[in-house]
Amino acid sequence: MAILPAILPAQAQDGTLAGVKARGHLVCGVSGGVAGFSMPDGQGRWHGLDVDFCRALAAAIFDDPEKVRFIPQSSAARFTALQSGEIDVLARNTTWTLSRDTAAMNFPAITFFDGQGFLVRKSLAITQVKQLDRATICLQQGTTTELNTADWFRTRGLTYQVVTFANSEQTLGAYESGRCDAYSTDKSSLYGERLKTAHPDEHVILDEAISKEPFAPGVRQGDDAWRDLVAWTHYAMLDAEEAGITQANVEQLRKETLSPDVKRILGVEGKYGQGLGLTGDWAYRIVHHVGNYGDVFARNLGDATPLKIPRGLNALWTNGGLQYGPPIR
Amino acid sequence: MPRRPFRLRALALQALVALALAALVYFAATNASEKLARQGITAGFGFLSRAAGFDISQRLIPYAAATSTYLDAFVVGLLNTLLVSALAIVLASVLGFAVGIARLSPNWLARTLAAAYVETLRNLPLLLQLLVWYVAVRVALPEARDPAAWGGAYLSQRGLVLPRPEFFGIAWLVPLAFLGGLLGAFAWGRRAARRVEAGGRPRPVFWPGLALVLGLPALAWIGLASSGHPVAIAWPAPGPYGPEGGLGVLPEFAALLLGLSTYTAAFIAEIVRAGLNSVARGQGEAAAALGLGRAKTLALVTIPQAMRVIVPPLTSQYLNITKNSSLAVLIGYPDLVHVFMGTVLNQTNQAVEVVAITMAVYLTLSLGLAALMNGYNRRAAPVSR
Repeated sequence: MAILPAILPAQAQDGTLAGVKARGHLVCGVSGGVAGFSMPDGQGRWHGLDVDFCRALAAAIFDDPEKVRFIPQSSAARFTALQSGEIDVLARNTTWTLSRDTAAMNFPAITFFDGQGFLVRKSLAITQVKQLDRATICLQQGTTTELNTADWFRTRGLTYQVVTFANSEQTLGAYESGRCDAYSTDKSSLYGERLKTAHPDEHVILDEAISKEPFAPGVRQGDDAWRDLVAWTHYAMLDAEEAGITQANVEQLRKETLSPDVKRILGVEGKYGQGLGLTGDWAYRIVHHVGNYGDVFARNLGDATPLKIPRGLNALWTNGGLQYGPPIR
Repeated sequence: MPRRPFRLRALALQALVALALAALVYFAATNASEKLARQGITAGFGFLSRAAGFDISQRLIPYAAATSTYLDAFVVGLLNTLLVSALAIVLASVLGFAVGIARLSPNWLARTLAAAYVETLRNLPLLLQLLVWYVAVRVALPEARDPAAWGGAYLSQRGLVLPRPEFFGIAWLVPLAFLGGLLGAFAWGRRAARRVEAGGRPRPVFWPGLALVLGLPALAWIGLASSGHPVAIAWPAPGPYGPEGGLGVLPEFAALLLGLSTYTAAFIAEIVRAGLNSVARGQGEAAAALGLGRAKTLALVTIPQAMRVIVPPLTSQYLNITKNSSLAVLIGYPDLVHVFMGTVLNQTNQAVEVVAITMAVYLTLSLGLAALMNGYNRRAAPVSR
């Protein structure tokens, strides 16, 4: 163990952006097994909201969304991988919490607002979480899920039996084979997990969420420039959606628009990207190659996908959601 | 004096190597702590006294998410490792000796079955066997809401739930009587053996021993009941989601115990067979000539002499059981690795400390077990003439 830190790559000390540019590609830590967030398809091509976020970063830096290497991270290894410099950014549906923020890394921006939910069999005829009093619940260990569940049941004077597993396959397998009455994890994951069961229509996700799970990409502490770049990559996608710039119309808008907002975002006016160590057309590159936040959400999670996750809290603030991008000025 | 400078040189070389090793360790340690500090990871063991906040499915000591610390979680995991390892060592030994002896049996069926057992279980990966026990066997059991009930016990996919005697207050007499019975039976056996060695007639050992071990606690139980202090029993009962109360045996625990024991028993059987074969054939023939039966020959002549060949490789198997118990992670049994290197490491991010502690625990367990077995081997080895 003691030898490990000695083989740190250099970018842990120099700026991360310089390291990424010198290397020629971004190294992105993903979960590797959550439908809609990061999952390779039959051809080995990665898909998902987290994956597209890393592609957006690569598009902003290299003008090429393919200059990313995805490395799946277990929930146990993810923080060490980031801290040791193995990955440049962790886009792995990771909940932003104070202890992680202070101890492990920085969280530039919330890319998805989630909450912990419960998957149960329809045959139990349950509608509320409190009806799971005295039930057995399968959880994935090492996640905030373990803490939330313990807190929630304890504060309500309810009891439960817990069985924890190291990864989501084992957890779902145990739930499906009758070891547990409920499987609890972030609601966003439950939509995908339900699809993996043999009979998805025999299971239901309870409406209630028992926790706040703001998912944010993670970066190493002490690199403000890189932190800004990661945050503004997300904001650019939000601002683009708010301004009506989509992957479909971005070419046309760049040539024809009269709106000063759109001009600033797309780099027609001003060189705002330079502050981030990028070119002026950084946001144009993101929308052109990957799309705005709405495009990415619809492609990976929305009604057109098998997951059919509602926008909910992840709608733009102008539509009653929480996604709010600071202005590009 | 031509040898002296040579020995000095050898000594100097050894000192140099030792120094270089120490320097390497020192460099690695300072390098690690420096790099950790640069990455903003707080080093130290202070995290052990912080509240854990998570629940564990099997706990041998009082443990609650809200009030227990990471140190408590560590102890819970350690005890779970010790429990499953100790029971697996006992089970694997009993089964392994039985199969090993059966492999040399004159009975064709016993011999063949034993060989089939060894060749099947020894040649399949332990991981696969654990999954068979945990998944295939468990799924074949009744569902939790419709468990099989037998004499107050319930069996289902959630495991086995047994009636639990509550040994509080004066009821402690029952386990105490059991312990006394064990000691008594042991002493009886020693006395009987001494008698035979001194030239006396053999006395029965097994039945009186069994009577002591079972009879004394039974007497205590009946005595308590008739004196108005009966031992309370917590009976399990069906709940909304399955049987509740009583003494629960988790399916994760049962699968790990059975998987570890049956797998390791196959190796122990081969070690026992090799040990028995190592005893000179004449010994058995001489015993037969004296009129000893096969069982007596084995117990009095062959096995005692085989032990010195059996014990060293047997020690390795016991160490393997202890270390293999960490495969618990794959079937959700909360052993030390599962709880401490899994949940605690993830929540505290103290990777270096947690891994170091875990390594130290396994090292201590292994060295302790090996020392114990070596001590036994030195005492049990027959005096060579």
